[in-house]
Amino acid sequence: MTNGLSPEIRELARELIARYPKPRSALLPMLHLVQSEEGFVSPDGIALCAELLELTKAEVGAVATFYTMYKRKPVGEYHVGVCTNTLCAVMGGDAIYSALKEHTGITSQNGVTEDGKVSLEHIECNAACDYAPVMMVNWEFFDNQTVESAKQVVDDLRAGKPVAPTRGAATVCTWKEAERVLAGFHDGRADEGVAAGPATLVGLELAKERGDSA
Amino acid sequence: MKLTPVLSANWDTDRPWTLAGYGGDYKAARKALAMEPDAVINLVKESGLRGRGGAGFPTGNKWSFIPQGDGKPHYLVVNADESEPGTCKDIPLMLANPHVLIEGVIITCFAIRADRAFIYVRGEVLHVVRRLQAAVAEAYAAGLLGKNIFGTGFDLEVVVHAGAGAYICGEETALLDSLEGYRGQPRLRPPFPAVEGLYACPTVINNVESVASVPPIIDRGVEWFRGFGSEKSPGFTLYSLSGHVTNPGQYEAPLGVTLRELLELAGGVREGHELKFWTPGGSSTPLLTAEHLDAPLDYEGMTEAGSMLGTKALQIFDDTTCVVRAALRWTEFYAHESCGKCTPCREGTYWMVQILERLERGDADASDIDTLLDACDNIFGRSFCALADGAVSPIVSSIQYFKDEYVAHWEQGKCPFDPTAATLFATAGAS
Repeated sequence: MTNGLSPEIRELARELIARYPKPRSALLPMLHLVQSEEGFVSPDGIALCAELLELTKAEVGAVATFYTMYKRKPVGEYHVGVCTNTLCAVMGGDAIYSALKEHTGITSQNGVTEDGKVSLEHIECNAACDYAPVMMVNWEFFDNQTVESAKQVVDDLRAGKPVAPTRGAATVCTWKEAERVLAGFHDGRADEGVAAGPATLVGLELAKERGDSA
Repeated sequence: MKLTPVLSANWDTDRPWTLAGYGGDYKAARKALAMEPDAVINLVKESGLRGRGGAGFPTGNKWSFIPQGDGKPHYLVVNADESEPGTCKDIPLMLANPHVLIEGVIITCFAIRADRAFIYVRGEVLHVVRRLQAAVAEAYAAGLLGKNIFGTGFDLEVVVHAGAGAYICGEETALLDSLEGYRGQPRLRPPFPAVEGLYACPTVINNVESVASVPPIIDRGVEWFRGFGSEKSPGFTLYSLSGHVTNPGQYEAPLGVTLRELLELAGGVREGHELKFWTPGGSSTPLLTAEHLDAPLDYEGMTEAGSMLGTKALQIFDDTTCVVRAALRWTEFYAHESCGKCTPCREGTYWMVQILERLERGDADASDIDTLLDACDNIFGRSFCALADGAVSPIVSSIQYFKDEYVAHWEQGKCPFDPTAATLFATAGAS
C-alpha cells in the first residue's frame, strides 16, 4: 500500500495529528509530509492520510486538488516559481518566465526538465513586491531578478552547484526537504541568512538618517 | 511628516529573529498578564487599533465579541496568509521579528481567554516558516509558552500551520475551513467566527500586523499610540511601496500620510517617468491616480477618495504601463483564485477574463466595455466573501479613469504599449 513511503511516515503523521484538537486539522500538514517523501501527492499518500484520519480517499483527494502547492505529478528537485501577477509581470516577470520556458524547454505549468532537476511554474503574488521581479526556488526568495540572473540560477541548480537565495537559508534545500519543513518539522536552519533585505530596511534607514523615531 | 519605526525598529539589529535579538523578556506580555483580561481588551479598544489585514475593523471590539463564561474553548487564529497582490508587510515582519508576533499572541489569548493559538502562515515562504517554528520553540524553551506562563496560571499552546497555496484562505472563514482540514471555502455569516469559528467555538482571527501592534501599545500606552494618526485611524503602520518607484520597500509611518509624502521619501517615481495609477492597499482596492496624491492614507481618507486603505500595499505604476494589461492580469488572478463556491464569482471572473483578453488584443469594441461593467454589477456583493468584490475593483476603476486607453486598443487593433519599456531591465539598460 505504501511502498514509496517510509516506515517512519506513520509516526510523523501521528505526531502531526496530536498537535491539533481535531485530527482532520492535520490533513494539510500531512499532505506536505507526503510530498516530502514522494515529491508529490501520490495515490499511496492519499490512502495513508485517508486511513489515519478515517476519511475516504475521495475526501482527501478533494482537499489535495484544491491547493496549488500540492502537486499531482512529481516536480523537479528544485521547483522554480516566477511571479507573473500584475506588478512582477510588468516589472519583468513575464519576460523572465518566457525566457525560462525557452531556456529549459519546459512548456507546461509544473513541467520538469528531462534530468528531473528543475520544474517551472508561474506563480501568483508571493508577498515580496518591493523586490519585484521575484522568483522562488523551493519557496525561498530570489529577489530583484533579471532574465540573465534567473537563467544562471536554473543553470547552477541543474549543474548541482549550491545556490543561495537572497533572503533565506544559506543554500536552497531540495523540494522534499522544503516540504518536510512545511509539514511542521523544523530543519534547524532558521538562523541562516539575513534578517531583512535592502528594501525591507529602506524606511528604517531613512528614519535613522533623519533622526525620526516613534 | 516623521517616520515612526516601531514594528520595524529592530529589523537591522543582530539576529533580531532570536529571543536575545528581540531583547526579549516579553515585558509587555508580563505587564498584560498582571492585568485583568477585560482590562486588556478595554485598553486595546481605547487605543483605537484597527485591523491591519485590510478591513480595518477595531481589534479591541473584535476581542470583546468573544462570549465569556460559555464553557467552550476559545481560539486565536493569526492570519499570516499574506497573499493580496501588492501586499508584502507581514512576511518581512515575521522573517525579521517573529517574537513580537508571539508576544502579541500571548497577550491576545490572555485577553480573550484562549489557551490555543494557531499561526496560519502561507506555505510559499519557507524561511518565514522556519523563523516562526524556531521562535515558537525558543519561547517554549524559555517558559514563555506552555504551562503556567510567568507563574500566572495561564497556559497557552501555539502551533505554526503552513498553508498550501490558495489566496482565498486569507479570507477568515475560508482560513478556518482550511485549518480544519477542508478545501478553503468561505462560510456564510452569521454565525460569525466570534461565536462559531474554529471547530464551532468562539474564535478571534487577527492579521499579523494587528497582533504585533499590541505589545508596543501595552508597553507604551494608549496615549502614546493615539499620538500618531488621526482620531478615527490612530497609530502607525507599515506602508509597502512597490513598482515603478526609485526606492521600493517598507516605510513605517503614522496613519494618514499621503502618497506624495511617501513618494518623496522613496525618491519619487522611476526617473524619467510619471505616476500613472496606483493601488492604496492591494489589487482589491480601486485604482487611484495622480489626482489622489494628497489624499490621506487612512481608512476614512481612502474611502473618501473612492477606494479603500486595504493592506497599505502601494503599487506604483508609471506611464509605461498598460492599464488594460494590468486589469486583465489581476482578473486572471481572481479567476484562478476563486474557490468556486458562489456562481457569480466562479462564472463571472471566468467571463471577465475572456472579455478583457479581447480588449487587450484590440479585438473588441464599446459594447464589450458595457458587457464588462454589466458583469461587474452582477458580481459585486453577490457572493459569500469579498473576493469577487475585489475582482471588480481594478476593472471598474481602470475604466473610470482610463476609458480612452481601452478605446485606443480597439481603435489601433492592438495594445499601444511596449511591455519591455515597463520592465526594470529597460531602466537598467538606459542608465
